[in-house]
Amino acid sequence: MVTFKIERFNPDVDKAPYFQTYEVAAGKEMSVLEALFYVVENLDGSLAFRYSCRGAVCGSCAMRINGKNRLACQTLLKKLKSPVITVSPLPHLPIVKDLIVDMDHFFKNYEKIKPYLVNNTSAPEKERRQSILERAKIDEMIACILCGACFSACTVAATDKKFIGPAALTKAYRFWADSRDNLGDERLALVAGEHGALRCHTLFNCAEACPKNIVPTYSIQQLKGGLVKCRFSKPAK
Amino acid sequence: MGLHHQVIVVGAGLSGLRAALAAQQDGLDVAILSRVHPVRSHSIAAQGGINASLANAEGGRDDNWEKHAFDTIKGSDYLADQDAVEIMTKEAPGIVYEMEHWGTPFSRTIDGRIAQRPFGGAAFPRTCYAADITGHALLHTMYEKSVKEEIKVYEEYLLLSIVKHDNACVGIVALNINNGEIIAMSADAVIIASGGYGRIYGNSTNALINTGSGMAAAYLSAGVPLKDLEFVQFHPTSLYGTNILITEGARGEGGYLFNNRHERFMKNYAAKAMELAPRDIVARSIQTEINEGRCYNNAYVLLDLRHLGRKKIMERLPGIRDICLHFAGLDPINKPIPIQPGQHYSMGGIDTNANGETSLAGLFAAGEAACVSVHGGNRLGGNSLLDTIVFGKLSGHFASGYVKAKKKNAADQALQAELAKVKAKVSRLENSAGKENPAKVRSELKTTMMEEAGVFRTKAKLEAGLAKIKELKERYKQIHLLSKIKKYNLDLVRNLELEGKLALAEVIVLGALKREESRGSHFRTDYPTRNDEHWLKHTLAHHTESGPRLDYKAVTITRFRPQARTY
Ligand SMILES: Cc1cc2nc3c(=O)[nH]c(=O)nc-3n(C[C@H](O)[C@H](O)[C@H](O)COP(=O)(O)OP(=O)(O)OC[C@H]3O[C@@H](n4cnc5c(N)ncnc54)[C@H](O)[C@@H]3O)c2cc1C
Repeated sequence: MVTFKIERFNPDVDKAPYFQTYEVAAGKEMSVLEALFYVVENLDGSLAFRYSCRGAVCGSCAMRINGKNRLACQTLLKKLKSPVITVSPLPHLPIVKDLIVDMDHFFKNYEKIKPYLVNNTSAPEKERRQSILERAKIDEMIACILCGACFSACTVAATDKKFIGPAALTKAYRFWADSRDNLGDERLALVAGEHGALRCHTLFNCAEACPKNIVPTYSIQQLKGGLVKCRFSKPAK
Repeated sequence: MGLHHQVIVVGAGLSGLRAALAAQQDGLDVAILSRVHPVRSHSIAAQGGINASLANAEGGRDDNWEKHAFDTIKGSDYLADQDAVEIMTKEAPGIVYEMEHWGTPFSRTIDGRIAQRPFGGAAFPRTCYAADITGHALLHTMYEKSVKEEIKVYEEYLLLSIVKHDNACVGIVALNINNGEIIAMSADAVIIASGGYGRIYGNSTNALINTGSGMAAAYLSAGVPLKDLEFVQFHPTSLYGTNILITEGARGEGGYLFNNRHERFMKNYAAKAMELAPRDIVARSIQTEINEGRCYNNAYVLLDLRHLGRKKIMERLPGIRDICLHFAGLDPINKPIPIQPGQHYSMGGIDTNANGETSLAGLFAAGEAACVSVHGGNRLGGNSLLDTIVFGKLSGHFASGYVKAKKKNAADQALQAELAKVKAKVSRLENSAGKENPAKVRSELKTTMMEEAGVFRTKAKLEAGLAKIKELKERYKQIHLLSKIKKYNLDLVRNLELEGKLALAEVIVLGALKREESRGSHFRTDYPTRNDEHWLKHTLAHHTESGPRLDYKAVTITRFRPQARTY
């Protein structure tokens, strides 16, 4: 048996979040996500959480597990090596119910950076050529699953509600650095300003939280470099 | 009247997003309704790649759509409709280039073209890929495009019923998972793009949300037939334990399969193609090794990548390495991977033609939920992603053509009547005083499907399976929910899905029982050969109160006469 302390909150009826304890009959290879299903099927049908792929690619089940943002599906109980496992929703995001948070704000930020390839030249009949090296530049960034673990771990995002945040900035870099994209400086303009890339304090909380081992700080630093260069190559208005 | 859209697309995977983009491009008011946020859809999990005869790779320079069509048809064991396969393989290069132009970060060749790798059932590299996260790369691009085009999405809604009036589809009834409200939405056309049903089976590579509820709604509420549902693809290499997929690309890149005698046993089954024979053949070979004891723990054989070396594994298969590290605690750079066959894909689905039209006017279907049929008895790896985009796009355009030509149909009453019916059903479920534990019904269904309708089938097994499913359907009527809460009631959602799962399971097993031959993924040890004289035909299952009624329809053959299928 493993003890789970799970944060519960239903805004329709509860005044504040509280913890509830469950004893889970844990198999050797059980993941936290499987343990949550065990609770729903055997102990408490009212527990709510998001799930889909159970293979760490869809980004549904990011939550706080033993004090760290992680994917529930990818976190095996045996790796936590702890007799009591504490599970709560991603911090700094509004709770919808129990372990489900409102991702609207996260996706609104994502939409701000024009999260799509822009190329104003007419499309060739076949593919736009891209060298292996050019493609390698964005290899790390395209692994992002938009789970929100980094955003929720970012102390700047927690205090500045307008900060675009590490995931959207990584996406911005992914397009800016893509040799096929020609939005150029306009992309930088989208992440300029006091709530953009320059706001990052390089604390690496995002990198530590990323379940895909992405270092958003790297992308953000590249964008900062671009912004600084822009500033000095153009006459100040 | 409440909510209305000219076109409602159910599903936000590759096929649903592509359909919505097409219909919106035609100037229609479109909305998507999806059980999950678009990027959480199962398309995200596709790994290996998407087929198109780009002829970019060394060894594949003279590839063309006809070769692709032939491989697809042979791979299908001649059950695919050849006119539809022609459309798909002709469209393939165009849609891959379009995805590239929209931003998909495909891996590249030395000269900067889209990279292609070998996959099962083709003699040379035809499968375009983005490392081993091709589905992720494609779905993110498709979602990005939908954000750019401002496609409206109703997120976390579960389709419960399709509404008909005057022999046409006029809307849907759905559950808003967020607040428990059941609503009706009217539409001039509905496109079902809700993906597969893998989770009916115990060992499945599919996402947990793949319960087939869209297919079930089409069958149960719209009354349209399901086609060829007995053809269930088992992927040869799913990770022992979790059944997470280990892409065919791992063998495409040169991985070997070994039994417990360290023998590359594929030489005994497909001496020429070896590990790259089509999936049905490799899955049966592995299952035979397991059944005959040449395996480990009575359960798995080994997929060995070690000889590919660290560099190639890190470059081409980084996602596979991650999966092994996190879910099996091993690094494939220095240890072989324990694998076993797992349910993977549904060749069957809602009966449509190549325009995505079903037998009900105004109801369309695309992607894994649909059966056009381009995969026949066995789908080739890399052809499903292709199917989703090609037929997603076509169904979107045909749906808008239908809407533009159609005269208005006052359907308010029909919608309200269906809404009341569904509400009553849900409230019966919520208030059931029955004693049955739904988790037990669900898990017994999974075991039954694995054991009685798996890789190897017999009359006796299928009869036992059918009897069990009938029993489970009865027991389902007595289930009780653990929670009546309105907001995010997973218990309710999963048990609504269970009803559809049981209905689909019955169709799969009955179709398999009646089909007394072996073709593609459907292998009957009591009828081990293909029988074109009697069975070169599609199964159609119609819903009736007493269970599925089967009839059959001819396969379209254009240029490739059925021949023996050897590799
Ligand atoms: C692990 C894995 C790897 C694969 N790799 C490859 C590959 O390399 N190449 C290849 O060609 N194919 C591959 N496939 C197959 C392919 O990925 C799928 O067949 C394809 O992505 C299905 O896409 P879709 O759009 O039809 O459905 P999905 O992507 O499954 O989307 C279904 C959508 O429908 C919604 N939905 C479902 N039911 C309801 C409901 N009742 N109400 C509302 N919404 C609903 C869901 O929310 C979701 O948005 C793979 C499959 C698996 C399992």
